[in-house]
Amino acid sequence: MAKYNLKINGKTRAVDVDPSTPILWVLRDHLNMPGTKFGCGMAMCGACTVHLDGNAVRSCSMPVSAVGKMAITTIEGLSENAAHPVQKAWLEHDVAQCGYCQGGQIMSAAALLKSNPNPTDEDIDAAMSGNICRCGTYLRIKEAIKTAAKN
Amino acid sequence: MSNQNRRSFLKASALSGGGFMLGISFLSNYEAVGKKVVANLPLDFNELNGFVKITADNIIKIMSPNPEGGQGVKTSMPMIVAEELDVDFSKIVIEQADLDTKHFTRQFIGGSQAIHQGWKPLRVAGATAREMLRLAAAKTWNVPLEEISTESGVLYHKKSGKSANYGEMATAAAQIPVPKDVKLKEVKDFKIIGKSKRNVDLEKIVTGKPLFGIDTRTDGMLIAMIVHPPAMGLKFKAVNAANALKMKGIKAVFPIKIFNDDYEKTFFDTNQFNEVVAVVGNSTWEVMQAKKALKIDWQEAETLAEKRNINSRKMTQNIPSGLENSADHTAKFAEMMAKPGNVRRKDGDVEAAFKNAAKVIERTYNAPFLVHNCMEPMNFFAHVTEEKAELLGPLQKPEFTEQALSARLSMPLEKIDIKMTRLGGGFGRRSYAHWMIEAALISQKVKAPVKLIYTREDDMTAGICRPSYSAKYRAALDANNNLIGFHVKAGGMPQSPLSPNRFPAGTIDNYLAEDFTIDTNITVGSYRAPHSNFMAAVEQSFLDEVAESAGKDPIAFRLELLKRAKENPVGKNNDYQPDRFAKVLELVKEKSNWENTKGSKKLGFSAYFCHDSYAAHVLDLEIKDGSPQINKVWCAIDCGIVVNPIAAKNMAEGGIVDAVGASMFAKMSFTKGVPESNNFHNYRMIRHNEAPKAIEIHFVESSEDPTGMGEPAYPPVYAALANALYKATGKRLYNQPFGENI
Repeated sequence: MAKYNLKINGKTRAVDVDPSTPILWVLRDHLNMPGTKFGCGMAMCGACTVHLDGNAVRSCSMPVSAVGKMAITTIEGLSENAAHPVQKAWLEHDVAQCGYCQGGQIMSAAALLKSNPNPTDEDIDAAMSGNICRCGTYLRIKEAIKTAAKN
Repeated sequence: MSNQNRRSFLKASALSGGGFMLGISFLSNYEAVGKKVVANLPLDFNELNGFVKITADNIIKIMSPNPEGGQGVKTSMPMIVAEELDVDFSKIVIEQADLDTKHFTRQFIGGSQAIHQGWKPLRVAGATAREMLRLAAAKTWNVPLEEISTESGVLYHKKSGKSANYGEMATAAAQIPVPKDVKLKEVKDFKIIGKSKRNVDLEKIVTGKPLFGIDTRTDGMLIAMIVHPPAMGLKFKAVNAANALKMKGIKAVFPIKIFNDDYEKTFFDTNQFNEVVAVVGNSTWEVMQAKKALKIDWQEAETLAEKRNINSRKMTQNIPSGLENSADHTAKFAEMMAKPGNVRRKDGDVEAAFKNAAKVIERTYNAPFLVHNCMEPMNFFAHVTEEKAELLGPLQKPEFTEQALSARLSMPLEKIDIKMTRLGGGFGRRSYAHWMIEAALISQKVKAPVKLIYTREDDMTAGICRPSYSAKYRAALDANNNLIGFHVKAGGMPQSPLSPNRFPAGTIDNYLAEDFTIDTNITVGSYRAPHSNFMAAVEQSFLDEVAESAGKDPIAFRLELLKRAKENPVGKNNDYQPDRFAKVLELVKEKSNWENTKGSKKLGFSAYFCHDSYAAHVLDLEIKDGSPQINKVWCAIDCGIVVNPIAAKNMAEGGIVDAVGASMFAKMSFTKGVPESNNFHNYRMIRHNEAPKAIEIHFVESSEDPTGMGEPAYPPVYAALANALYKATGKRLYNQPFGENI
């Protein structure tokens, strides 16, 4: 066990966990932040995507010991009241079906737009192909990303 | 949740008779659909019926009876009630109902039937509540009932200028005897149905609020996982947990038996591994590590004649022993295909037709087992004490699973309380809620609230696969290229996929449909559009080839058959309406500009009828850098009245993307009983870059009662893709997944 002071969504949160514990489970089990989802546990589906210093990472496969001073942003901290342009675009396009993967999709999309404010279709495909949606909402996701890019 | 909120909520529940004891708030939504209403807790609802509850402060709550798994029923079912109730949809509060067999019937999702079968009861519930409010107003104001009108949640007596909102009359209305035979609206007067409404949970979804079973958390809750046998055909023998129990945070390790040996199973009880090892601890990561430290001995299971009681129909299912291999399955199918099958339908003289044919086409198609891969792994919360069992989580058929749990715990149904969370995907998999029983047994044993979670590997290798199938088609053409004979023989492991009275039955004088089954210990279950997902794929691929052989346009060829079915049908039991079917063909032909582009583009066509709806697709692709790129899919659907167009389109788009993925990539194979795929690195799912670049959905305008929407767009995609791939590559595809065979 080891103590960590993590910067999460602008606040410092203290946890005492095994150093191998993935960020995902620190968030979900120890900090009661279930917005970040468990999908595969091997960085293959993207449901667990969070930002580390603004970059999209798969929290299921990154141990808490690797976080250091980097700032974690989760879907709960992306904005107040769904105000982020990506969240607004998701609402406008009624993107979700079951909704389980969408937090991860939104975090990947937000990271993409931060580094590339006007992505092409190919850029979107490349940035988003690590996020699986079994319901098949990919086309709406692409449209929503384009809408968010405009705003 | 804060303590203050929790207390308020519990008080509110007690007052409204909810009996909600878990203290988990996220199931209850005290926000209106559009603008937030500030609910002054505690809320004292007047219950007009199971669906409609109104406070004196005019908070109007509509209960959504069926589980929500992404198909949009938590939005569309309340829309139907709200239409007849005559309220402003943006101002109502929607709440997911618990399993409540007293107030609701058919509280499950499957077969695309929630709206189809809910249509009448939902309308009647809304209309009856409105009538009770009108009766209350007439009585209060002492005026004739006929003079009371309503508009958007307000009652009017225009003559006297009196008005009252529903809340003001709700207490009086709740005392009125429930009127019978209330009048329903005319379709032309609908204001809510047919107008797009956004998914009512969407804001919570995009902000990461807890909505799913896996998000459940209560005080003192432990985390549980299971270890199931590594191969189909194995069963539990013994566990050595010494090392695991020394690990930090680990509370207990023990085997559990899901069903008792003498239990007579019903339809949705699985024959899935009946004995698994449970690992219980403080946190998910700790339990995951402990699983790896277990030493478990497995042994081969015996042959089993499993007794089932399905709607009072008693049957026995043979489950063979042994460790099965996919290669042997292929051989078994070929062996069965060479023998006569069970004749399910026979019209005319098929033997003579084939004997006299100028041309005979014969093709055999094969499809592997598939797994569902809902994005939210299987999970359930349970708190079982001697007095009661509280269950909460995602499942599709709560009523059936409750009965199984009642038998297993020897606990009467009244003491079992099942609450439903949003499902992170269902697709049929969550109809088989053996994990709910597992969670309950684990909680009972450790005497604590427990959340059971499957890892992706547990989920993917637990069975309940889409069956593996094979079908052989034969067509006889005369010298004028008329289809004079048709023969289908279809088989599945262990279920037959055949619906013998579907198209093209009824269109051909000489028609024979046979089927067979092959026993297996690989467990199966419903998978999006069960059986249709295979039959549409192969039938529509075959008809494409027959049309080509006859020198006919594939759409014109099918329209010709449908014309025959309408004007002079063969047989009486054809379970489709030829004119409605033909209409979707015509519509997709027009929208895709088929006639003008079929010469230049690589277009594939396919159409199918299932779940009471009709769907037809045209798919346009090209081969780019050696891989197919789907440029566009046009889709025409007749599902009767479209309740919520934006959501219905989403379902169809998603069905198309999902089916492209499954037909290109999906396969679960077995070696010595061991599933060869166990996570997304070796079970390929469709990804963003592989989805069609564009999809256009067109609904047939209709005033018919709504029919299925979750599944019908899915099955025809496989063949539209296969037929387009043939145009692009010159190669017909007979084996799924196509990606392995291009």
